[in-house]
Amino acid sequence: MFGAGGGTSSYREIEETDLIVLWGSNAREAHPIFFHHLLKGLRRGARMYAVDPRRSTSAQWADVWLGIDVGSDIALANTVAREIIASGLVDTEFVRRATTGFQEFADSVEPFTLAEGERLTGVPGEVIADLAHAYAKAGRAQLCWTLGITEHHTATDNVLALCNLSLLTGHVGRFGSGLVPLRGQNNVQGGGDMGALPNKFPGFQDVEDDEIRSRFDARWGATVPPTRGWHLSQMFEAMERGDLRALYVLGENPAQSEADDHHTVQLLEGLDHLVVQDIFLTKTAQLAQVVLPAAVAAFESEGTVTSSERRVQRLRPALRPPEGARDDIEIIGELARRLGRDWGHPSAEEVWDECRSLSPMHAGMRYDRLEVLGGIQWPCPDEDHPGTLFLHGRLWEDDPAKRGRPAPFSPVRFEPPLDELTEEFPVRLTTGRRLDSFNTGVQSGGYASPLRRPETLDLSPEDMDALGVAEGDPVQVTSRRGSITVPVHLDRSLRPGLAFMTLHFPDQADTNVLTLDTWDPKSGTAEFKATAVRVDRLPRSAAAVPAGDAARVPDGTADGTEAGNGTEPGEVAQVGGTATVG
Amino acid sequence: MTTVAPVALRRKVELTIDGEAVTAHEGTTVLEACRAAGIEVPTLCYLETLAPVNVCRVCVVEVEGSRALVPSCSRPVAPGMVVRTGTDRVRTSRRMVLELLASSVDLSTAGGDVHRWIEEYEAQPDRHGPAAGPTVRDGAHAGHHEAPEVGLAATVAQTVKRDNNQYVRDYAKCILCYKCVEACGEEAQNTFAIAVAGRGFDARISTEFDVGLPDSACVYCGNCIAVCPTGALMFVSEHDLRARDEWDEDRQTVTRTVCPYCGVGCNLELHVQDNRIVKVTSPLDHDVTSGNLCVKGRFGFEFAQGDGQ
Repeated sequence: MFGAGGGTSSYREIEETDLIVLWGSNAREAHPIFFHHLLKGLRRGARMYAVDPRRSTSAQWADVWLGIDVGSDIALANTVAREIIASGLVDTEFVRRATTGFQEFADSVEPFTLAEGERLTGVPGEVIADLAHAYAKAGRAQLCWTLGITEHHTATDNVLALCNLSLLTGHVGRFGSGLVPLRGQNNVQGGGDMGALPNKFPGFQDVEDDEIRSRFDARWGATVPPTRGWHLSQMFEAMERGDLRALYVLGENPAQSEADDHHTVQLLEGLDHLVVQDIFLTKTAQLAQVVLPAAVAAFESEGTVTSSERRVQRLRPALRPPEGARDDIEIIGELARRLGRDWGHPSAEEVWDECRSLSPMHAGMRYDRLEVLGGIQWPCPDEDHPGTLFLHGRLWEDDPAKRGRPAPFSPVRFEPPLDELTEEFPVRLTTGRRLDSFNTGVQSGGYASPLRRPETLDLSPEDMDALGVAEGDPVQVTSRRGSITVPVHLDRSLRPGLAFMTLHFPDQADTNVLTLDTWDPKSGTAEFKATAVRVDRLPRSAAAVPAGDAARVPDGTADGTEAGNGTEPGEVAQVGGTATVG
Repeated sequence: MTTVAPVALRRKVELTIDGEAVTAHEGTTVLEACRAAGIEVPTLCYLETLAPVNVCRVCVVEVEGSRALVPSCSRPVAPGMVVRTGTDRVRTSRRMVLELLASSVDLSTAGGDVHRWIEEYEAQPDRHGPAAGPTVRDGAHAGHHEAPEVGLAATVAQTVKRDNNQYVRDYAKCILCYKCVEACGEEAQNTFAIAVAGRGFDARISTEFDVGLPDSACVYCGNCIAVCPTGALMFVSEHDLRARDEWDEDRQTVTRTVCPYCGVGCNLELHVQDNRIVKVTSPLDHDVTSGNLCVKGRFGFEFAQGDGQ
C-alpha cells in the first residue's frame, strides 16, 4: 500500500483500536487466530462493521452487518467516501499535508449518493451513512480485508478504494489505525517479499530499474532480463497463444485451483514440457513430464516465511522427508547445476544472508535475531533495528522532508461483476473457505476433521423452498462455462439469490468448472467470487447415479420424505431470478 | 519509520516476601513477584495467558493483615505488603488441596510437578480410604448426588469419552481447574462449547445439555487440550500411544516452526516421536498465538506423514 506491498498494522493493534471494519473477510474461519486478536479488541469495547454478502460467522460478531451484493465493493467504498466528504468529516489537515489528488478523487465519488449507493450495493443508504460516520469519527480504526476484496476482476481497484477511505480519514500510519490485508497462505506475503512477482526483486525492488538491476547482476554474476515477466493469468494467455511452451510449477495445483479449470487443463496438456515440484502427486503433477518430489517446507525444511503482519519467521525441520523427496533449495541447486551453473550446496541461512545483502528492508534480520525476537517485522534496515510495528508513520511528520512523498488518492471506477445475472443464470454463486479446510484440499484433506462434510451448494431457506429441495437433495449447478451436480445445504447466512460453495473438494464437486477466469488486468487475480449460475433440481435418485464423479449425498439426510413443491422426479424446478446487481 | 507502541508507565512497588525486600512493578501479582524472587509457588488452575479464576487454592500464601490465606495468582502486589510462602498454615492448606485432589482424581498423566508437590507437601491421599467403586458418575447427571460410602474415598472415576477422531476426554483425570472453559470461552476462542455444570463434588465439565462433541458448538481448535494440566484432554495420538505404553517423551523432539496453512503466522511446536508428529502445541510466550491454534494448525498435519506424499 502506498508503495509497500504489505499490511500497515500489527495484530496487536486491532486489540487496541476503536473501530474494526472487516470487509470481504470471514476471518473467524479463514484466519482464526487473527480473529482471536480481533475479539480482544471487541472485548475492550471496539465496535465492528462487517461488509460481506453472507452473514458469515465473522459478521455475526459485528455490531452492524452490511450485506453487500457480490462485487459492488467499489460502489460501497465510493459512497462511504462521498458521505464522509459531504458530511464534512474529512481529516482535512492530514489530507492537505500527506496526500495528493483529493479534488480529483472527490469529483470521482460525487455521483455516489446514498441513494445511488443503495441501488448499486443493496445496502440501505442509512447503513452506509452509519459506516461512513463511524469510520470517520473513530479515534483509531482498522480496515481489514481478504479475498472478498481481491478475487474480483477489479481486485486492485477494490483495494485502492479502501485505501482512499483511510487517506480521507487519516486512519493510516498511527498505532491502531491502518489497513490490514489478511494473507490466505502462510507465505503469500513472503513470496511477494522475496520477489516472486513478475516485476520485482526481493524487497519490492523494481526489476526495470537499471541501478537496482545492476546490483543484482553484480551479486549473481549474471544478467537479469531488463523487462518484467508475466503474471499467472498472462502466462495462461501466453499458453493459449502458443508463446509459452514449457512450465515449471513449484507447490501449486493450477489444474484445480484456477478458475474455469477444464480450460486450464487443456492448456497444461498442450505444453511441450511441464515440470512440477510438489510434495504430492497433484492433478497438475499427473499432467507433467517430470515430477520433482519435494520436502514439506513447514515441517521438513529450513527457511523463512512472512506473515500478514510483515513478520518474518523461521521454519525448521521436524521430520525427515520420505525417501527421494528433497529440500526445495537442493532441487533448485541441482537444476542449476544441470543447466551449467554450480551454486554449491548453500544452506537456507546462506541463501537468506545473500537476500539480506540485496534487500534493504530485510538487512537486519539475522537468523539468530529472528530466533531471539520471535520473528521480525519488515522493514528492518540494520542489525540494531527492532523491526517495524506499523508502516507510514512518516505521513504524520511535521517536517515535510521527513514526511516524504505524499500518498496519492486513486479515483476508481465501479464495474459490476463480468458474469452477469440474467434470466437464464439468475443466481449469484460466491466462493470461500470453511474453517477446517484449505484451498483445493491437498493439505487439509489429509486429516480426519470432525467438522468435515462434503461439498454442497449452500442456499438460503427461501431459495430451497422455491426450488422445492430439502437438505442433501442433488441439484445441477450450471454456469456459462460448465455444469456440476452437488447436494444442497441450507445456510441461513445467505440471502435469496445468493449461493455459496467452497473450492475444497474438487474431486467430488469441481467448483472451478463453473467460475470465470476473467482476471484483474492490474494484479492478475481471477474473479472466483462472482459467478452467475442456474440451479436445477434433479430427481432424488440422481444422487445414486454418478454424474461425472460429482454427486455425493451426506449420510443420514435426504431420505426422500421431505415435502417438495409437488414436482415429480424427472422434472426440474429452478430458483427464480430474485437477485439483482445494479 | 521506526515506530514504538504506547506502553503504560508502571510504578515500582516495594514489598517483603519471606523476609526479603522485593521490588515489583505495580499491577503484577504476588505469584509473579514470588517467581521473580526465585520462590516456587505451586499452581494448578493458573496460566499466564488466562485471567486467574482462583479455584484450585494451591497457590495460597499468607499476607500480613489478611484474615484468610490469599491466592497469589490473582492478588496484585501492594506497597509494604508482607508475604509469607512457607508457613505451616500455607503448607497445611496446600497439602489438603493436593490430598483431596489426589484421592479423588486420576493424576497419572498430570506431569512431574504435581507429583513432586505431593511429596514435598507430604500429602497422603490414601488416608481417606480406598477408592469407592469406579464409574459411579457414568449414569449421573450434574446435581445428581448420593451420600458417599463411609470409609471409601469418593472419586470422579468415569468412562473415557471418545466421540470424535481428534481428541479424547478422560474426565476421571479432571481437577476442575476451569482452564479449558476459559480457553474455549472469553479468554481465547470465544466458542463457549463447554462450561462447568453442577456444584460441589458433583461439578463437571459439560457441553450444552451434555451432548457429545460432534453435536456441540465445538470447533476442534484443541485450545482446551493445550491448557489442560492433567491430561484429561488429550490428542487421540497421545492417548493411543499411552494405551500401548509407547508414549515416550525422552524419545521425542519438539521443533518450533510456522503453520503451513493461512497467512497469520502461528508458531507450531511439533512433538515428534519416531519421525511422526504425535502432538502439536504453540508457545504461550509468542504473541501471535499466546498458545492458541485453530483446528488446521492443531490437527492438520497428517498430510506430511500420510501415504499420499
